[in-house]
Amino acid sequence: MSTATAAPAILPKGHEPTHNYLKEPKGIKSWLTTVDHKRIGIMYLFTVTGFFLIGGILALLVRLELIAPGETIMDQDTYNQIFTLHGVVMVFLFIIPSIPASLGNFLLPIMVGAKDVAFPRLNLASFYIYLAGALLAVAGIVFGGVDTGWTFYTPYSLETSAGVLWMTMAVFVAGFSSILTGINFIVTIHKMRAPGLTWNRLPLMIWGLYATSIVQVLATPVIGITMLLLFFERVMGIGIFDPALGGDPVLFQHFFWFYSHPAVYIMILPAFGVISELVTTFSRQNIYGYKPIALSSVAIAFLGFLVWGHHMFVSGQSEVSSIVFSLITYLIGIPSGIKVFNWVATMYKGSVWLRTPMLYALAFLFLFTIGGVTGIMLGVLAVDIHLHDTYYVVAHFHYVMMGGTVIAFIGGVHYWWPKMFGKMYNQLWSTIGAALVFVGFNITFFPQFILGSQGMPRRYHDYSQLANGEPVRQDIIDLFTQLHFMSTVGSWVLALGLFVAFFTLLASLRKGAPLAEGNPWGAATLDWTATTSPPDPHNFHHTPIVTRGPYDYHLLDELYGDGGDSGDGSKLGDGSAAPVVVTPSKDSEV
Amino acid sequence: MNNRKLGLGVIALSVLAIIGMGVLWAVYGWMPAQKANLAPVIDGPFYFVKWASAALTLGVVLAMLYLMVKYTRKSETQRSEVVIPNTIMETAWIVLPTILVLVVFTWGFKAYVTSNVAPPGAYEIYVKGKKWLWEFTYPNGVVTNELTVPANRPVKLIMTSDDVLHSFYIPEFRVKHDVIPNRYTSVWFESGQPTATAAQLETPGYDFVQVFCTEYCGTAHSAMGTRLNVLMQRDFDTWLASVETPSEASVDYGEKLYSQKACITCHSVDGSGKVGPTFKGIYGRQQQMTDGSVVESDEDYLYQSIVNPGGQVVAGYQNQMPVIALDEVQIQSLIMWMKTVE
Repeated sequence: MSTATAAPAILPKGHEPTHNYLKEPKGIKSWLTTVDHKRIGIMYLFTVTGFFLIGGILALLVRLELIAPGETIMDQDTYNQIFTLHGVVMVFLFIIPSIPASLGNFLLPIMVGAKDVAFPRLNLASFYIYLAGALLAVAGIVFGGVDTGWTFYTPYSLETSAGVLWMTMAVFVAGFSSILTGINFIVTIHKMRAPGLTWNRLPLMIWGLYATSIVQVLATPVIGITMLLLFFERVMGIGIFDPALGGDPVLFQHFFWFYSHPAVYIMILPAFGVISELVTTFSRQNIYGYKPIALSSVAIAFLGFLVWGHHMFVSGQSEVSSIVFSLITYLIGIPSGIKVFNWVATMYKGSVWLRTPMLYALAFLFLFTIGGVTGIMLGVLAVDIHLHDTYYVVAHFHYVMMGGTVIAFIGGVHYWWPKMFGKMYNQLWSTIGAALVFVGFNITFFPQFILGSQGMPRRYHDYSQLANGEPVRQDIIDLFTQLHFMSTVGSWVLALGLFVAFFTLLASLRKGAPLAEGNPWGAATLDWTATTSPPDPHNFHHTPIVTRGPYDYHLLDELYGDGGDSGDGSKLGDGSAAPVVVTPSKDSEV
Repeated sequence: MNNRKLGLGVIALSVLAIIGMGVLWAVYGWMPAQKANLAPVIDGPFYFVKWASAALTLGVVLAMLYLMVKYTRKSETQRSEVVIPNTIMETAWIVLPTILVLVVFTWGFKAYVTSNVAPPGAYEIYVKGKKWLWEFTYPNGVVTNELTVPANRPVKLIMTSDDVLHSFYIPEFRVKHDVIPNRYTSVWFESGQPTATAAQLETPGYDFVQVFCTEYCGTAHSAMGTRLNVLMQRDFDTWLASVETPSEASVDYGEKLYSQKACITCHSVDGSGKVGPTFKGIYGRQQQMTDGSVVESDEDYLYQSIVNPGGQVVAGYQNQMPVIALDEVQIQSLIMWMKTVE
């Protein structure tokens, strides 16, 4: 990586690298009361990363317990609480807000050429509502713990410790944060696009966030209501889900998955957006099939509401429902497949530049494809009967959620890091981090596919004991032990990789670390071409005017050293030296 | 770290990952042994999708690596060619996967219908899931905690739960269904070859088919597995006729019941507290109850605690214990044995 101490290129006249949102205004209070979408995005970024860390440590504990048969480091009840917390923290406090609330908040107004989101105060409110939800979750841990799994299935959740009440309220409250962010984004995208930024010129990140927001607004109320019903049933004894009171436990599953399946798309759609940005920028090529990618996100958002029953093939729902849900599940697989093909094809006749964000994008394509095809496997009705609630499912959703969303999130953070902080991280170490994450991820989760198809059930503290105290069949114990051992070792490699990536990024924030160039990747979207790195407190000096598509690299003359107007209002003030944006090709120094 | 070196690194890691997955695939295989006659029906679509998935993933990864190498950036000012997406190609990769998934859907749907509907005249066994054991009731009224079935004959399990959700899972039969309180659900299977003879069931270490609970059900969810024994019809009849409670209570029988009825999951004999109080020295012990009273655990208290577990719960423990199906001789044997645990 170039040391990049030169003044940022494409810098509107009069701007100094020091004139940025991070420094003005100063003081903790100005941060805590800010309505600047960029600062809110950064606060989200650090908060969700904190929860990712907590969830990750819990995951390491779960893996360590399973490294050998029998009780290894904790008893059954502790284990049940730990895997529940891992799920709740990762799903509700990390992955749902991860990309939309951190990267989305930071980027959405900049990418559409606006000064801020439509409702800046609501935006700040949603951050504090999210924190309140997180506090309730912590209260749930303190007051009794929760051992229901992140799914809170009834009737178990109605009779276990009272921590469940806190946790359901945490989910209820955090849901409002999600809804408010969604509304904010939808209005911003509809009403605040810069002149010339038509729907067909929206960066695909924005399409991803738009589709996500629709799902957030429409689906999240359902989980809120469900959690409230659960709360009322426990506190007031109203029979809704509890068969002892005349309720129906399967009804809870319908309600829960009616939200939680669309929530899967809340998690993955923004990741699709990030990958579209990474693949185009680092291929310096227009996306292969803009409309299929943009519209498949919207298609997924709507079809996502019609497949919840595929979580319930063995729950006792009618066979006919299962068949219909299986069919629709396949239909939703197709738009995801189209996206993967289009991303790969984007490299065709491009100019592929392997920087850390692109390495994560390539890892995404590899891992998400495996996550996708194993999802097709799980959609096969007869086969799902066997695989349901086994480690196959665990491996599948980790390939999609972690191999997909988390990898895209980390890749996106690496991509926009110079934009957010104006600093460039060490290329060698971030590459090592990416490699370790890829290797560690596969060692951790691939054996779990085999474990699951061999019959290892999920949420098991131990795999060696029968109800009568005698051992499980010996060949099964041996097989499970070997695969679990591999998976646990993999989790250490994965953790190491994440720490390397994390500290490499943090190290770039130290004083004296190399500054980033204005547009270090040679990207074509407004966030890179029309603002400084880091951006001005008000984003733009003047409202950008958009005259081309988000990935029209053939029109982006300033990238190729012959100067000129990028066509989006970022015309160079002095028009003098040709801004060389891309780092030198002989960039072997680190 | 230039582009070329990084490209080689990406290729190396991808190849490493594929080889690693391939080795695991070859060494460990996927589906467990097919011990039910319908297992091949389920495994058909599984193996088809597995190979199709492998081909598709490999195709995507190879295409990705090829394009990455072929179009690697050569200079910072390199312009890329304008590419107009090829409509035929775009249509192809929408239509072909659609056809593929519809084939898979139909296959899975047919296998589901085949494997879901029990043939008339199947041998019926009632199953009850409790925290944390299974009870199997045979047509002649015999109750066991391990499932024993006749070979090569359709068996239908009619299942319900006493408390929370459970799920009855036999991996080698490809059979699974949730077990729900206040509702009957069912699964059926036709097991293949016998796993043991009636005589072998009397000696430890015999072969069996593993049963798991796969719906999370609380503390000892992972210790709710049991054995499934497949006997030849004649052996099965002999076995079923011979399963009966001894006519007289005994300490030895009580000790056997302690593990058979899964008391062992929650009550230790070494003094350590688990889900319930330890049995070590339980007889005659003065114990404080959740309502504050102090009760001596004499025969009467032990009897009441077995038939009505929620009646008087020892302080510091939850009211968790289910009512276990036990007859008078069995309860008496258990109490006789408990008195000896010191």
